[in-house]
Amino acid sequence: MRLEVDGKAAFAATGSASHASGRRAVVFIHGAGMDHSVWVMPARHFARTGLNVLALDLPGHGRSQGPGLDSIAAMADWVVRAMDAAHFEAAAVVGHSMGSLVAYVLAARHPDRCRALALLGASAPMPVTDALLDAARDDDHAAIDMANTWSHSPRAKLGACPNPGMWMLGGGERLLETAAPGVFHADLAACNGFDPEADAGPVRCPALVVVGEADQMTPARAGIRVSERLQDARLERLAGCGHSMLSEQPNAVLDALTAIVP
Amino acid sequence: MSNHKSPGTIGFDTLSLHAGQAPDPATGARATPIYQSASFVFPDSDFAAGLFNIERAGHVYSRLSNPTNAVLEERIAALDGGVGAIATASGQAAMHLAVATICSAGDHIVSSRSLYGGTHNLLEYTLPRFGIETTFVDPRDPAAFAAAIRPDTRLVFGEILGNPGLEVLNVPAVAEVAHQRSLPLLVDATFATPYLCQPIRLGADLVMHSATKFLSGHGVVIGGLLVDGGAFDWESGPFPTINDPYVGFHDLVFGEEFGPAAFITRARKEGIRDFGACMAPMTAFQILQGLETLPLRMARHVSNALRVAEFLASHPLVESVSHPGLPDHPDHALARELLPKGAGAVFGFTVAGGREAGKTLIESLDLFSHLANVGDAKSLVIHPASTTHHRMDAKALQAAGIGEGLIRVSIGLEDADDLVADLGRALHRVGRKRSG
Repeated sequence: MRLEVDGKAAFAATGSASHASGRRAVVFIHGAGMDHSVWVMPARHFARTGLNVLALDLPGHGRSQGPGLDSIAAMADWVVRAMDAAHFEAAAVVGHSMGSLVAYVLAARHPDRCRALALLGASAPMPVTDALLDAARDDDHAAIDMANTWSHSPRAKLGACPNPGMWMLGGGERLLETAAPGVFHADLAACNGFDPEADAGPVRCPALVVVGEADQMTPARAGIRVSERLQDARLERLAGCGHSMLSEQPNAVLDALTAIVP
Repeated sequence: MSNHKSPGTIGFDTLSLHAGQAPDPATGARATPIYQSASFVFPDSDFAAGLFNIERAGHVYSRLSNPTNAVLEERIAALDGGVGAIATASGQAAMHLAVATICSAGDHIVSSRSLYGGTHNLLEYTLPRFGIETTFVDPRDPAAFAAAIRPDTRLVFGEILGNPGLEVLNVPAVAEVAHQRSLPLLVDATFATPYLCQPIRLGADLVMHSATKFLSGHGVVIGGLLVDGGAFDWESGPFPTINDPYVGFHDLVFGEEFGPAAFITRARKEGIRDFGACMAPMTAFQILQGLETLPLRMARHVSNALRVAEFLASHPLVESVSHPGLPDHPDHALARELLPKGAGAVFGFTVAGGREAGKTLIESLDLFSHLANVGDAKSLVIHPASTTHHRMDAKALQAAGIGEGLIRVSIGLEDADDLVADLGRALHRVGRKRSG
């Protein structure tokens, strides 16, 4: 779906379905250096089951025009303007990794636009190592290597993908390689600079926090702390799952989301 | 894309043994189980609908996917540096699946002219019946690939090591030519296997294998594999199967929804579904047994092959030996660059005395098996002009460098001394027959 946000072209996948008035809505927000394609399975599910779906490409990502945005708050406000462009009122807002921070801030800053919140692979704050930041700043492929490797559980590094025939490490690497120069670093810097006290106030809508128990990027304990900050949050633990939970355990993620998104 | 090894990622030998498989959660089986089942039970109706709508991960029907096949597919994708793969009934089926996923009637392919005979048949004689034409060019000349590209060209193709001339495809140069014209490069890497060369790392977009050959190593199955590198920008050109709504799947636009996995997803959701050339699970299991020892076997294959090639090159009754591992091969330097671990174990040589001498030699060999295959653990021999390439006319044979006296060998894992001795005896018989 082509949108115009702030006078620039933006893209969102809709799960292969047209939007219809009167339906409940769900917005998906991807992580650093990623794009809408990470949401293909839940997007298609909720579109089939009658929701209006917006799996966004943030500015500078995927098919959305750049430049990228430099703070989580700016991304959250941009998502609200994208919802305006798509004629969405309130929606369930689902974010993964950096996208979870964007969703979190959106829920706090725009409570009337978020009827339910789902945070996958969340950590607040979300510190990023200097080694990763420096490599991303230099557009060194080592940044992709680090992020991709740390994003997969030890088990997933050997594969056994639930999606037949797909090699998860290869898919993650290719997707990060599509990011325009500077975008990945800007995303990581935005995560690193996120201050939950200053950037996100209280969130009152129902929330779900999904943690991977083998997540090296945003350890499960960090996600648990996020769930404890929210007033009405349910915690879902995925045993053996790394940070790339949408490829490592897509069915478990969808099962968790079906409890809060519709 | 750079040729690198990510920190903390797993090495090639380990991937050959483990990629794609975890111990079976139901039984604890360490080996990959053979899921000899046509179909798979749905836990409930909504899950079933989700599987059909690509919103759930799992298996429906073994033509579309199978748990044993999935291990093989994932393993070859890992070894080749791709994003995913599909196992097919044969190498020819993998080639057809690649072409059919990209091309439609009215489209055009630019291909190396040094090809496996079956691939040549498909491109030259069969695909034109379906409206797909091919222009054949010199595999050593990237400019020839460029010159042959037309507005309706949709695919560039070559074999990493030409058959039977062993021309080394300059993958980086041909990929650059293809990408400048927004075309994907498909490489048949059967002769190299990912142990010797990973064309995706060199710039290719798609890779296919006849898994019947070195990947298996045992010569007991027929199978193929198609690997998607995931980096080609399909939006850069007119590729309606990827970029346009697909009526056969409720107007799904694969390029929009699946990102780097767009091609391989289309190939599975259309090509395997509709053409149906799937691999049997038992076959996938047997290929996996071969893959476990791929690094060990390939190292021995290439060292044996070089030893035999050097012996033949020094023999007075051998007119020429075409092995890129030998310094006098035109592609020796390129082979050292692109295939640093060795230039394969299949090569050709010409014995003095032409076709009759070749016949005498083949029929005098004891250890070498005279048959139409390569990549077996056992050494093999054949006369291409009268067998694998007999459907090519004289002009095409000449263009492909296939002389009347050319003999192709596939060097196996026997003791190299025994192979040299066998060839030495056979050449001695050729000499005796010539002298009278």
